[in-house]
Amino acid sequence: MNRFSFALRRPIQLIPVLLGISVITFILLQLTPGDPVRLMLGPKASQEAIDFVRARYGLDQPVLLQYFYYILNALRGDFGQSIAFRAPVGDVIVERIAPTTFLILYGLLISISLTLVLAVAAARNRGSWLDHIIRFICVAGVGVPSYFIGLLLIMGLCLRLKLFPVSGYGPTIVNNLWHLFLPALTIGIAVTPILTRNLRATFVQQMDADYATACRSKGLTERYIFARHVFWNSLLPTVNLLGVVVAFLIGGTVVIENVFNIPGLGNLLIRAVLTRDYFVVQAVAFILAVGVVISNFVVDLLTALLDPRVKL
Amino acid sequence: MALSSRERRLASLRRLPPTLLIGGALTAIWVAFAIFAPFLTDYDPIKVDVIQALKPPGPDHWLGSDAIGRDIFARIVYGARYDLAMAFFGVVGPIILGTAIGLAGGYFGGRIDSILMRILEVTVSFPYFVLVIAIVAVIGPGLKGYFISLTLVNWVSYTRLVRSQVLVLRSADFVLAARGMGFGHLRIMLFHILPNAIIPSVVFVMTDAVLAIVLGSSLGFLGLGVQPPTPEWGAMIAEGQTYLTSAWWIAIFPGIAVCSLALGLSLVADGLARLLNTGP
Repeated sequence: MNRFSFALRRPIQLIPVLLGISVITFILLQLTPGDPVRLMLGPKASQEAIDFVRARYGLDQPVLLQYFYYILNALRGDFGQSIAFRAPVGDVIVERIAPTTFLILYGLLISISLTLVLAVAAARNRGSWLDHIIRFICVAGVGVPSYFIGLLLIMGLCLRLKLFPVSGYGPTIVNNLWHLFLPALTIGIAVTPILTRNLRATFVQQMDADYATACRSKGLTERYIFARHVFWNSLLPTVNLLGVVVAFLIGGTVVIENVFNIPGLGNLLIRAVLTRDYFVVQAVAFILAVGVVISNFVVDLLTALLDPRVKL
Repeated sequence: MALSSRERRLASLRRLPPTLLIGGALTAIWVAFAIFAPFLTDYDPIKVDVIQALKPPGPDHWLGSDAIGRDIFARIVYGARYDLAMAFFGVVGPIILGTAIGLAGGYFGGRIDSILMRILEVTVSFPYFVLVIAIVAVIGPGLKGYFISLTLVNWVSYTRLVRSQVLVLRSADFVLAARGMGFGHLRIMLFHILPNAIIPSVVFVMTDAVLAIVLGSSLGFLGLGVQPPTPEWGAMIAEGQTYLTSAWWIAIFPGIAVCSLALGLSLVADGLARLLNTGP
């Protein structure tokens, strides 16, 4: 059997998880205090209007049917009406997906680059002061809140040195590489400690493996062994970790978009929570969870590409 | 050569990982600040004093004052109470719920286990922070929302740690012996399996406390955590955000406070992991 055939089978296995996500987001809205429809239409809405919207979203039906309508509407991209924006939730969300996606991919790129540099430097100089410093940075780095890193960067690089814009989102990709550099750097820095620790540990483990010793006994230089064998053999565990890291990055953007005022999903989520725009909260949580599912799927594909032993 | 008891005590201290000692000291300092806050400062952390607004650090206000004249140092030491509470009590709910689920799932196995594991899978498919915020949206901002949402989201870490231990332990000889003696399931789970399955969770608790304080202060920063005027470090940083150029001390000192407490807890976690892995 073709080992890539799972690329087709895997999405089917994801359906239960997607259903689970929909159940949780549905329950969240059920638990909100007060009547969401009344909130959505405002205090002055007539009873007829309320009944009409209830019927449209199936909210006058038993709970199980309500869930069924929720799924049907969600599949059509209809997540209800935003109270704060006075527009369909779907429309509000669609235009905010791009900035968030861009920021996450950009942050991922930055954190991967940082991780490669730090982990290689630490592993190649095992036990030296450099290794200890990098280790300390990784231990300490976990506890530095990303919004504080963001504020420090804003203070130093935007307000003092005026190197970068303080906030906002540009119209073109090239423009955004510059506009979103600091936010991406901030969320990138936040996940780098986890990746670096993991990659350094694998490097060290592989450098002590039998095949590396065999290479050494053949008289190959340490540099050659590392660049040719150890490095490539060590990537897999860290690639597997990327799924978790993307979930972390998504959480990070929620905070960082608010620090740098980027018009993305995270910014929208916080505003929606503060204005009790429950349909928006529900939809954003749903979309971001689907994002994690998709990224895990991509990571699985990547693992299969890199490792011929993997059969899923 | 005989060592005096004092020398022996010093020697045993020296054998502890240095990170554990430094981290423990840092954490202890913050605990002391939180407890003795009223003795450390004469200022009221909440009272508005507009005449004293935006004073830079100096002899009157050691760490300056904020936009409505409140002393930053006073707000930081009183704020330590809330941030320490979030760090330490934030892990209590998850550890109880997570351990209970992990114990039950691992011990009974079968259908109960597979249902619990499906719930776990769906929970982890949400980005951690997003689910916390969504639950806070339902319950409402504040400490109560923080503790409940953290419990409902973070139990998964402890369930995984405990369950993987229980799966091995449930067929261990001493468990079979206990069952042979006719002990009930609850008794076996609580008094025989749990003490052996809890150690990885104990190591993880400190790391988790770091995550809890970062999460709690992030919620405060976003306006979804402890509500103003209560002094909480994350909320204080948010208040200082608009004064970054004119009055940097409003945001920077609470930021240093968060980082130093988190650093202390991370170092304790690191030291604890080394201590329990290498053995005495």
